[in-house]
Amino acid sequence: MTDDDITERARHDRLVAAWRDPPGLWGFLTTVDHKRIAARYIVTTMFLLFLAGMLALDMRLQLSAPDMHRMTPQLYDESFALHGSTMLFLVSVPVMEAMAIWLVPLMLGQRNLAFPRLAAFSYWLYLGGVLMLWIPHLLDVTPDLGWFEYPPLSGPAYSPGHRADVWAQMITFTEVAALAASVNIVATILKLRPPGMTLAKMPLFLWAMLVASLMTIFGLPAVMLATSMLISDRLVSTNFFSPAGGGDVLLFQHIWWFFGHPEVYIIFIPAVGFVSSIVETFSRRPIFGHAAMVLSMLAIGVLAFGLWVHHMFAVGLPRLGNDFYTAASLTIALPAGVQIFCWIATMVGGRPRLSVPMLWVAGFVVTFVIGGLSGVMTASAPLDLQLTDTYFVVAHFHYVLVGGAIFPLLGAFCYWFPKATGRLMSKRLGLVAFALIFGGFNLGFFPMHILGLWGMPRRIYTYGPEMGWGGLNLLATIGAAISVAGGIVFVIDAWRSFRRGAPAGTDPWGGSTLEWATASPPPPYNFDYTPAVDSLTPMWTSELIAYDGLGIDKRELLVTSVADAEPLYRQNSVGPSIWPLLASLGVAVLFVGSIFTPWAIVWGAIPVAIALTFWFWPTRDRATTGPFRKRTP
Amino acid sequence: MKRRAALAATLALGGCSGVQTPLAPVADQAHSQYDLLLLMLWVCGIIYLLVLGFLVLGLWRARGGRAAAVAPLLEPADKRLGRLFAVWVAIIVVGLLLLAGGSFLVERSLAAAQADETLRVRVTAHQYWWRVAYRDPAGGGWVETANELHLPVGRTARIELGSADVIHSFWVPNISGKMDVIPGRANAIDLTPRRLGWFRGQCAEFCGPQHAHMAFDVKVETPAAFAAWLAVEARPARAPGNAEQARGMQVVTQGQCAMCHTVRGTAAAGRNGPDLTHIGSRRSIAAGALSMTRAHLQGWIANPQAIKPGTMMPAVTLSPADADAAAAYLESLK
Repeated sequence: MTDDDITERARHDRLVAAWRDPPGLWGFLTTVDHKRIAARYIVTTMFLLFLAGMLALDMRLQLSAPDMHRMTPQLYDESFALHGSTMLFLVSVPVMEAMAIWLVPLMLGQRNLAFPRLAAFSYWLYLGGVLMLWIPHLLDVTPDLGWFEYPPLSGPAYSPGHRADVWAQMITFTEVAALAASVNIVATILKLRPPGMTLAKMPLFLWAMLVASLMTIFGLPAVMLATSMLISDRLVSTNFFSPAGGGDVLLFQHIWWFFGHPEVYIIFIPAVGFVSSIVETFSRRPIFGHAAMVLSMLAIGVLAFGLWVHHMFAVGLPRLGNDFYTAASLTIALPAGVQIFCWIATMVGGRPRLSVPMLWVAGFVVTFVIGGLSGVMTASAPLDLQLTDTYFVVAHFHYVLVGGAIFPLLGAFCYWFPKATGRLMSKRLGLVAFALIFGGFNLGFFPMHILGLWGMPRRIYTYGPEMGWGGLNLLATIGAAISVAGGIVFVIDAWRSFRRGAPAGTDPWGGSTLEWATASPPPPYNFDYTPAVDSLTPMWTSELIAYDGLGIDKRELLVTSVADAEPLYRQNSVGPSIWPLLASLGVAVLFVGSIFTPWAIVWGAIPVAIALTFWFWPTRDRATTGPFRKRTP
Repeated sequence: MKRRAALAATLALGGCSGVQTPLAPVADQAHSQYDLLLLMLWVCGIIYLLVLGFLVLGLWRARGGRAAAVAPLLEPADKRLGRLFAVWVAIIVVGLLLLAGGSFLVERSLAAAQADETLRVRVTAHQYWWRVAYRDPAGGGWVETANELHLPVGRTARIELGSADVIHSFWVPNISGKMDVIPGRANAIDLTPRRLGWFRGQCAEFCGPQHAHMAFDVKVETPAAFAAWLAVEARPARAPGNAEQARGMQVVTQGQCAMCHTVRGTAAAGRNGPDLTHIGSRRSIAAGALSMTRAHLQGWIANPQAIKPGTMMPAVTLSPADADAAAAYLESLK
């Protein structure tokens, strides 16, 4: 019996049998389904977003009036350290990877990621990072020096105990996880594109995820280097950052910001992808200036690595050097400005329809552009000397990160929620949540620009009444509280819609890309047939062409060529496995142990090696080749 | 010019006292930075309005209703938008060139100030206070004080910054932008104040739990007043004027205080804490945490950890009478 003879129903059943997870807890622990992995990533990040938001509200209450005593300085320092570290390392970066892990195979018409077990490993290791920060918090070993911990304050002389170690190893956990996820995403986008999706016909979302993942691969080793050197200083007295031992404290800052600046774009570029998808669908036309958008993302990806010094203008580097980095930092406003233009031009030249995701895009433009322009101000070395380390900068990076990444993320959540759950979200609650979050955020954070210009430094736990900062701080606290209320409405809406929202159908918005071709929620194997692509908006152009020939009784993926997406061969795809979990447990033992003794790196390597050996034990068949052909309906 | 003044007034006066804001510049350095800020606000403001206008245009024709019901426009006519795109890119490029040029000129002016060789001030940052040392014009030695900087108006002073422990940042917004104070590095910043008055500076790089209370006062005064002040500072501490102050002197210079503090002319020669020789003439105590009054001195001596939890100053056990006497003595050290 050939595949053509069986009914669609039988085909579905056999595909499910090949791709489903084992039932129950074992299935939960061993799954390599990119959708399940992404879902737990997203749930974890959203929970942490809530915790970090509570910390923020707590700090806002402390600052709402002069000379408040509800928090001790130690508690305040722990709060901002925990808030910043959680938001940067445990929420913003992982949630973007999670969106990619969920969406990239769907947008490629594929059945899974290139390295399914690596995706599981990424999540477990990321979860290790979460526990690395929050379990010590329960044990009162909370990091207390902010999201970047400059030596010598974080060095052995001024930070005895294990607070700084906890922070540094949390970063090691999350960065290894992020590197694994990025390699996976890059390989998937470059090698698993559907036939016909040449690089020139690749949707902007995929470009965004490709650029962000490549940036992660280039940028994150730097931060691991910085924190590993810090740990070495603390553990075995290497003196990298200790002037008395011949080290240099600025070395840490250079390495840190070589990662730290690209980090912002690693968070922002995926948002470019979200916004492009939403704007395209709701403007009912392809994005204006596709090539310009791709080039500007690539330009940002390259430029981002050449302007880290603008975080260090006040350290006393040569002035001409500062001018160079000023110019480099200003340059990045050009590609960002191009992107903003292209999105709005798409609306102007299209047939725009208002919807909740589209509102988030509008809120994103209104907010993010302020953050971009205040970024232009801080990019100027002489002016930055007045602005850096004040509330102006606090306002600036919240406008960039919340306006530029969280707003698009919430829009993306609303946009793809029907695909992920098969149900529609409430339009009315969505509107209320948007109004509260958008309004509260701007009410809360705009005054911080002025506070910065009134001389309020960041990271102070209190201030005197004579400084005149009380009124605006109170306003900021009220705004933050309104925002949090909006967040609660958002969560309620998502939960209610998940339980009993109206059925969404396959394609509720009339989307342009391949993920809208499969059922909502997608079956474990994603697509019955391999779709083929002949334009940037395959769902709009013609009857979707599909290929047949991928296995239905075993897990197979279609590998295509990098540039032209010519079908090359069918690749066996691995099934569920417990080894990614066990391997990450081994790595966790190594990482946690190395806080206490350098020997942990030696004996900790043994369980890791054992786990990896079993993980890669060659039990699979070799890749097969066979008839792969255009499907005749 | 009028509008500039109005903008400055609106922004600066909100900040109540206006003694710690870059919006009320009183020195050459802060002035050029302030001018650059205004240029930035104009350029960025115009660009922001253009973006908002374009966004309104884009959403103007947006309707509610199901997007899926609207047929996609597959080959939109984008000729006019293409031309607009070129204009937009040109606007951004011109704006950025303007800002980069302005930035460069201001940077150059910051570097151009020639410090008067005789006026070099050493400022050393400690967890959570500032050691300040001047050259004694008479003797040639160093005259130390703490948490208070005096500058003669119209002259450029070069502040040489050093750190005794971790990274701090020296910032007097009305006078100039920041300069980080970094262990192992010799940084310096030039200040050319042009207006008399008291201004406030504060540490701007997180340096530990009491980062919030690491401020200092800056007094810009006439050259004559400055010379007179420095002459007084160079003298040893005055002798106690009455019995209570004499008792206080005994407590301060022979008790635990002397382990960390210096009172020049007495046995107290500790180097860990601020020099107290003329503490009574300073404007504030505990690095700007409290104003200089006898009651504040007494409270600070009695329980520094209550006022600055995490400060390096330990609580000293003194009888109420001794604490009172110590405060009286310190207040008398003009």
